[in-house]
Amino acid sequence: MRFIPVTCEDQAHMLARVGVGSVDDLFADVPEDARLARPLALPEPMGEVELSAHLMSLAKANTDASDVVSFLGGGCYDHYVPAVVDAVISKPAFFTAYTPYQPEVSQGTLQAIYEYQSMICQLTGMEVANASMYDGATAFAEAALMACRVTKRQRVLVSQSVHPEWRQTLATYVEAGTVTVTEVAGADGLADVEALAAELADDVAAIMVASPTFYGTLDDLGALGELAHEAGALLVVGTNPILLGVMEPPATYGADIVVAEGQPLGSPMSYGGPGLGVFTCRQAHLRQMPGRVAGRTTDVDGKTGFVLTFSTREQHIRREKATSNICSNHALNALAAGVYLSAVGREGLRGIAEACVAKAHYLEAALVSTGRFERAFAAPFGYEFALQYRGDVAEMQRTLVARGFFAGLDLAAFSPDDAGLVLFAVTEKRTRAELDRFVGEVSAL
Amino acid sequence: MYPKDLKYDREHEWVRIDGDVATIGISHFAQDQLGEVVYVDLPKAGDPINAGDTFGEVESVKSVSELYSPVSGEIVEVNDALDDAPETVNAEPYGDGWMIKVMLSDPAEVDGMMDADGYEAFLAEEA
Repeated sequence: MRFIPVTCEDQAHMLARVGVGSVDDLFADVPEDARLARPLALPEPMGEVELSAHLMSLAKANTDASDVVSFLGGGCYDHYVPAVVDAVISKPAFFTAYTPYQPEVSQGTLQAIYEYQSMICQLTGMEVANASMYDGATAFAEAALMACRVTKRQRVLVSQSVHPEWRQTLATYVEAGTVTVTEVAGADGLADVEALAAELADDVAAIMVASPTFYGTLDDLGALGELAHEAGALLVVGTNPILLGVMEPPATYGADIVVAEGQPLGSPMSYGGPGLGVFTCRQAHLRQMPGRVAGRTTDVDGKTGFVLTFSTREQHIRREKATSNICSNHALNALAAGVYLSAVGREGLRGIAEACVAKAHYLEAALVSTGRFERAFAAPFGYEFALQYRGDVAEMQRTLVARGFFAGLDLAAFSPDDAGLVLFAVTEKRTRAELDRFVGEVSAL
Repeated sequence: MYPKDLKYDREHEWVRIDGDVATIGISHFAQDQLGEVVYVDLPKAGDPINAGDTFGEVESVKSVSELYSPVSGEIVEVNDALDDAPETVNAEPYGDGWMIKVMLSDPAEVDGMMDADGYEAFLAEEA
C-alpha cells in the first residue's frame, strides 16, 4: 500500500484529462462568496530548527501534569502508559491513518480492532463492541440515538449525575429535533431513581446514567435496570474502564448499552484529547449499533481473516439509512487500549484499579481531616471524589499550583449549583509521599 | 422459477391471494440477485400498510434492499422464523421464505400486478 500524494505533474495531468485548467475550477459549483478569496492568515514559513524552537517555547508556556502533582480528572486521567504502548502504536503500518475497507491490505489493522473489541467485551461483560468512537461523549450521544432506533421511541431520560460535557454533546446531537432529551436532577451525587421513575412513560427510549458519576460516586445500577426494562426502555450506562478491573461490569445490572471514555487505557491526557469512545451493546441490538465492527471469518481456503462486517449500518454503504454519520473510529487510541490491556493483563488491571481506589480513599479521608474540606456526598466512590471547600476555591488552587499541585477541578466551572465543590482524581501514579505533601500544603492554607 | 398462481411487481415482490389475505415475499430472481440472505427486517403484525410503502428490508452478504408492499391493508402476520433462518428466503422464496401477510383493504390493487408470464417478459426486458 503506497501513501504517496500526487506530484504537481500528476495534478496537471489529471486536470488536463478532466478538462479543467486549475483545482479552483473544480470548485466552480461553490458560490463565490462562500469561498475564501485570500490566503490563510498564517505567519511566514520557518526553517526546521527555528520551528522546533518556536514550538518548544509554546509548549513550555504551559504547566503540564508532568511538572506538578496532578489530581485532575473529570473525564481525563493521569494513568501510567506502559512503554510498550507507544512502541507498538508507533509502527508506521499502524500509525498511518487508513480506513481498512480493503481487507486484503488491512489485516493488521483489522485484527488490532478485532482484538480491542474482544477485550472491551470481556471488560464490560457486553456481547458486542464497535471499533470505537471519538470519545466518551460522542459514544454517549450515539447511545441515545441508538436506544431510540431500537425501541422506536423518541425521548431519553438523562441523569444530571452524568458528566456535563457528555450531556452538552448529546444536546448538540439532538438539535435537529429528532430526539427529545429530558434531564433529571440527581440526588446525593447519584441518579435519582424516584425522579427518573416519575418521568418514565411509554415514549421513553432509555434511562441514561453513569457509574462512576461525574462526581466519582458509584451508583446502584440494579434498580435502574429493572426500572428501565419494566417500562420497555433501555438502560444506558457510562462507565470507567479502569474501575472495571474491580467492579462488577454494568452488564450484570442489565445495562443494554455501555459506553466509556477509554482514554485511561493507554492514551495520554494530551491536554484533553484525542480520547477514545468505547461503545458496547447486546448482540440483539447489533444492527442498530453505530460505527464500525471488525469481525473474524475464514476465506475460501479456510484461512482465518479479518473484515469489516455489518457494514450496511454505515454511511459509506447507505447514507440515508445509516445508523450514524460517524464512519471513522479512533483506531490508534483503540490500538493503544488493546496494547495496554494486553500488557497489564487481567491481574494487572485489577492491581491498577485497587491502587487507584486505595490511594483516593486515603487522600479523601486525609483532606477531610484537615478541616478545610468536608464530604459532599455519602455515596461510595471509585478513584475520584468531590469535596466541599471551606473557602475560595480559585484562590486555593492558585496557591497550590505555585507549590506544585493541580488541586483538583473547580466544579463551579461546570455548574453554578456545584460552586464550592472540588473534584479530585487519584491514579496509581500518585505516591504516598505526594499525597502526604499535598495534605500538608492544604493544612497550611 | 415463477409459479403461475402468483402475481408479481416491478420491485420483484410476489403476492399469493387467499380470500382477502395476501402473502408477500420476494421472487426467485430477487433472492438470486441478492445472494446469500443474512438478515430480514420486518414490521410488526397490526401495522397498517399502503401499496408502494416499504415494509422492511432484506440484507445479503453483498447488499441490502428495501421491501415494497404491492398492496394496501393491515399486516396480520409476520414470518418471525426468518429472524433465525434468513437463508430460507434463498432456499424457498415462495414457500417458507414468505415475509408478511396482509388483510387487503383494496383487492383490486392485485389486478394491476403482473402474472408469471408478464413478469418473465419484464425480467427479459430488464436484463
